[in-house]
Amino acid sequence: MATVTQHSRFGNALWPVLAWVVALIFFFPIFWMVFTSFKTDADAVKPENLFLFTPTLENYVNMTKDYDYWRFATNSVITSTFATLFALVVGVPAAYAMAFDPSRHTKDVLLWMLSTKMLPAAAVLYPMTFLTKNFLDMYDTRFLVILVLCLINLPIVIWMLFTYFKEIPKEIIEAGKMDGVSTWGEIKDILIPLAWGGIASTALLTFIFCWNEAYWTVRLTTIDAATLSKLIEGNRAPEGLFFGRLSAVSTAAVAPIIILGWFCQKQLVQGLTFGAVK
Amino acid sequence: MKYLRNTALGLTLGVTGASFAMADSHATELTIAIVNNGHMINMQSVAEAYTADTGIKLNWVSLEEGVLREQVTSDTATGGGQYDIINIGMQEAPIWGAAGWIEPLEFSPEYDIDDMLPAMRNGLSHEGTLYAAPFYGESSMVMYRKDLTDAAGVTIADNDSWDNVRAAAAAIHDPDAGVYGVCLRGKPGWGDNMAFVTTVVNSFGGAWFDKDMRPTLESDEWKAAINFYVDLLGEFGPPGSEGNSFNEILALYNEGKCGMWIDATIAASFLTVDGVAYAQSPNAGNAVGANWLWAWAMAVPTGSPHSEAAHDFVEWATSKAYVQAVANHPDFGWGSVPTGTRASTYAYPEFQAAAPFAAAEMAAIESAAPEATDMKPYVGVQFAAIPEFPEVGSAVAQEIAAALSGAKSVDEALAAAQSAADNIMSEAGYY
Repeated sequence: MATVTQHSRFGNALWPVLAWVVALIFFFPIFWMVFTSFKTDADAVKPENLFLFTPTLENYVNMTKDYDYWRFATNSVITSTFATLFALVVGVPAAYAMAFDPSRHTKDVLLWMLSTKMLPAAAVLYPMTFLTKNFLDMYDTRFLVILVLCLINLPIVIWMLFTYFKEIPKEIIEAGKMDGVSTWGEIKDILIPLAWGGIASTALLTFIFCWNEAYWTVRLTTIDAATLSKLIEGNRAPEGLFFGRLSAVSTAAVAPIIILGWFCQKQLVQGLTFGAVK
Repeated sequence: MKYLRNTALGLTLGVTGASFAMADSHATELTIAIVNNGHMINMQSVAEAYTADTGIKLNWVSLEEGVLREQVTSDTATGGGQYDIINIGMQEAPIWGAAGWIEPLEFSPEYDIDDMLPAMRNGLSHEGTLYAAPFYGESSMVMYRKDLTDAAGVTIADNDSWDNVRAAAAAIHDPDAGVYGVCLRGKPGWGDNMAFVTTVVNSFGGAWFDKDMRPTLESDEWKAAINFYVDLLGEFGPPGSEGNSFNEILALYNEGKCGMWIDATIAASFLTVDGVAYAQSPNAGNAVGANWLWAWAMAVPTGSPHSEAAHDFVEWATSKAYVQAVANHPDFGWGSVPTGTRASTYAYPEFQAAAPFAAAEMAAIESAAPEATDMKPYVGVQFAAIPEFPEVGSAVAQEIAAALSGAKSVDEALAAAQSAADNIMSEAGYY
């Protein structure tokens, strides 16, 4: 018994320590990025200034002065918000139909949707550029970015919502039907209130994916619709060590999403671990 | 639910309102795609005076080098229109000029085009027509710690032999004290390791292609050069050299860990350690092509909606007046003026005082020879100015890095490189 208790005490102490160590390892790059953002470019690469240096806001001042940070940030907010909303507007009814009124092709459709994520984005770069620029006249517009972000995240949105909706007893929806509730009424008055947690976590994750997307947002924009991903991309330099400036831009780009994630961590964790424990 | 609905509606209206509030203005605007380096960043500040004088608003789209190439290429290949001015390198300028993707440049007499360094002018021209104006140019040279060579009792001369350079690297190599004899590029990429490796091959008398444009990567010259490079870096270089390119080595050098570095002349302006001396690139009997030539230049894509204004801006941004504007700018000064483009820049005593590497850089640029010769049937020193080169160079770069890391022998790597290059060139229809 004594051995079991000792093991249990050891385990009780070990796991939190291990969790902290892992958390610190994951957090360290973010900490270092924020830390470096308060150094000048010169201090950022000097070993003697690794920890001791005179903090400066120079990089943040230059970022707003030279790079028009707020234009990029506004575009990120607009495109991520609308892409998330549109993805939900399409995803909720689609997942509802698949969860509560499946056909014999539902499984195939779900797999097909997921398979679209396997297409390398680079394969369609040229056609996308050519079509959106020469035919649709949509290149470098927020509408195009919203559309692309919405479409590339739609499979994930539908899959996540489908998983949440499957947890809701079918009988509840059927009871609504018996009472003469319309399809829209079922979604609005029964499904959404019951699956609100799942929808919220799906929305949050989709928003984060949209915010962080860098392949298309860099390549389908120039000025008007450029997002924060493009601002970071533009600060990478092949010749020259501008780590202070790059760290400030990166910090300012990820700060909004980290703050959002902090406030919504309960929903995020719920969403990420959904179905893990039954 | 009502609360949520109202919140969503409010958010939608608010965001839409913000979107409309950012409506476009109607002033003349130039959109400029730039590579992110120090000179271009400075230009954004200096150009505020240009906007004040002309009323032309400048939109800068700063991109990482690889993404810039990709985006500018796809924009130009699909008819252009997104950018009024683009940054392109010496590899693209003659090809794009010949293809009609960029407009020929002509300048007013005040521009003094004869002041442009001949190597730069030739490298950015096609059949005598200039297609891109250089805003910064570079060659390569040796940057070594004279305090270490003096202490070790060795010297490094201009155009020294590789054997002597190797002996010097061995003499100053002291890994226990954290100093490696030599730092060289090893990270795979046609603009990374292959830029340096090609100069070594050139200096051994080799070239990328023979007179029929067939790759010659299994020639004796290539084998000798790559064996030398792998041995030199393996014995006296820092560990993990296959991951090092310009920035990684710059950081190592400034930490005092490199006794010697052979790389872009622009590096000299970033070095913060004391006692750095410069020498022209070493060779193994053939000095032609032992130091590279590169420029980042401004070009006007065919189809630019503001072609005239774009030409005017390119003239201003690469003029003598611009050099003066940087030198007189309160945030910059002579140490920040763009180098490697104009002979007049090197004549200013203030510049010579601010840039101790100026004479060595000028000599390196002037000795670089990008022209086609009997030995190499293509234009370019560390690259071939043909559209297929980035693909060939990238494939070969991976093999050379594999040889450097020890994953393959030099012979295996060169055989694989030859096969890949041969496929690309034959598929492109060269033979």
